[in-house]
Amino acid sequence: MRELYKNVGSRIHQLDARVKITLTLAFIIFLNLTPFKAWPAYILFLTLIISVALFSRLSFGFVQKRSLMVLPFILAAVPLTFTRQLPYVLVPVFQGIEVPYSPEGFERFASIAFKSWISVQAAIILAATSRFPDLMNALMQLRVPKIFISIIGLMWRYLFLISEEVIRMMRARASRSATMPGSHPMSGSIFRRASVTGGMAGSLFLRSLERSDRVYAAMLSRGYNGELPASEATALAGQDWWFLIIGIPLLAFLWILGMLTGG
Amino acid sequence: MLFSPVLSPQAMHIPDGFLSVIVSIVLWVISAIVVGIALKKTNNELGEREAPLMGILAAAIFAGQMLNFSVTGGTSGHLLGAAIAVILLGPWPAVLVMTSVVSVQALLFQDGGILALGANIMNMAIVGVFVAYTVYALVSYLFKKQSRGIYVAGFVAAWSSIFFASLFCALQLAVSGTSPANISIPAMGAIHALIGIGEGLITTGALVLLSATRKDLLRGGDNKPASNKGVIIGGSILVLALVALSPMASSHPDGLEWVADQHGFIELAKASLFQIVPDYAIPGISNIALATIAAGILGAVIVFSVAYGIARTAIPTSTQESNQR
Repeated sequence: MRELYKNVGSRIHQLDARVKITLTLAFIIFLNLTPFKAWPAYILFLTLIISVALFSRLSFGFVQKRSLMVLPFILAAVPLTFTRQLPYVLVPVFQGIEVPYSPEGFERFASIAFKSWISVQAAIILAATSRFPDLMNALMQLRVPKIFISIIGLMWRYLFLISEEVIRMMRARASRSATMPGSHPMSGSIFRRASVTGGMAGSLFLRSLERSDRVYAAMLSRGYNGELPASEATALAGQDWWFLIIGIPLLAFLWILGMLTGG
Repeated sequence: MLFSPVLSPQAMHIPDGFLSVIVSIVLWVISAIVVGIALKKTNNELGEREAPLMGILAAAIFAGQMLNFSVTGGTSGHLLGAAIAVILLGPWPAVLVMTSVVSVQALLFQDGGILALGANIMNMAIVGVFVAYTVYALVSYLFKKQSRGIYVAGFVAAWSSIFFASLFCALQLAVSGTSPANISIPAMGAIHALIGIGEGLITTGALVLLSATRKDLLRGGDNKPASNKGVIIGGSILVLALVALSPMASSHPDGLEWVADQHGFIELAKASLFQIVPDYAIPGISNIALATIAAGILGAVIVFSVAYGIARTAIPTSTQESNQR
């Protein structure tokens, strides 16, 4: 598990996180408001997000590889192709078995997959160009409850520590479960394997509960009074306003184009 | 191997693009209200201890989702963690912990969409937790006399949390018109009925260890039954509604009126837009395909140069310094 943020110091990195969150959300909302089959608009949305990725100096391969993680979910939309949406043709696949293939349904499926792929790239750029504290500050100024921000902030602080603990546990399990090559990676029946893993989960939660007691005591002894210190709210700079003033109408324009071309 | 990405908890994190904007926003609003209630209730109960306890347990659940055991043929059992959080903490703190997990996954790891985050919070942090608590309370009440009751209750609660969350997820996809209800509901249900067994086994294993070491922790679920009455009512309604709605929706493949409504809305908006912009082909090129390609290239160039322009020019030097703190 690794943080996505990469400090390569581009203009996009320096942009206020509030602007980045707003624009990412606007991008995803306008893209998803675009009807099915609005291919010209989709291409422009894709052009836009790839240009932003380039100006963020993120490597093309990094963004694309990361965006593949939406792939498994796309399976959920595949059936649209075969559900007898009019007009459909019966395509024989095997003796006597015919599949109702609907070009209309396929195009809907392709639209969903494409939109999903573009949306996730926007989310990747947001995470890869914003530092975690900046994101949290921005969310706080965008009126997300303070206590929730504190919870997520503390979660982030311990996430990598605890995930290393999990990796150590799994390594310990692997080293204690010797098996013949080619057999199951872990020995014993499925119930034994499950109960070993369950024991690991139980001890993880036990350790974490105890850790939280210690952390709380340490926080109290350093003067914690229920709120984490927050940095001052700053006004948006000129550059930030420019991005908003040009970005939102541009997205709205692409959406209108999509409404005109889609079906 | 083919199904291993499907048979993992990730199968329930809806990415952006799969839910219609209306469905996403409605679910955002509902989730925000429920999480608001959870914040208030937990704050009353835990006070300033809330942030460290919730934060560290959320980190533990997130990291704990890496734990897996191989089932067979490349598939593996995973933990989502809603049920174990409910059993250790009670329902309202569990809602908060799961909300934090799902939010961080969406915002920083792109596991689940940003616009779809409301729906994912709804499925995993609200439906998962409410159903797990209701089932746990009910089953452990039935097994009151036996000490093994909590294991059975834990297993059933964990399984139901996954199963009902997945049904709700499939319904959302069907209502958005992105996956036909007669396929997505049985398929999601069946896949998660299997994933749920893995979840149930790990949860039970965790309960065995916890009851051997720190039995006092396992009362977390039932120490304040009065204040959790709402959760039981909500959980029961969710279970009943999903049990009733799923077969009904499955028998209307494309017939959820919502889809039609939205389609009508799009047609209406399109018609009015065409009145404003009557003709958008490029003048001077007679071939339609050529004109479309030319328009496409022109559009791409414009979009690219606007992006380039704002990335390049509008940068007062002062902001550069202030942002490099």
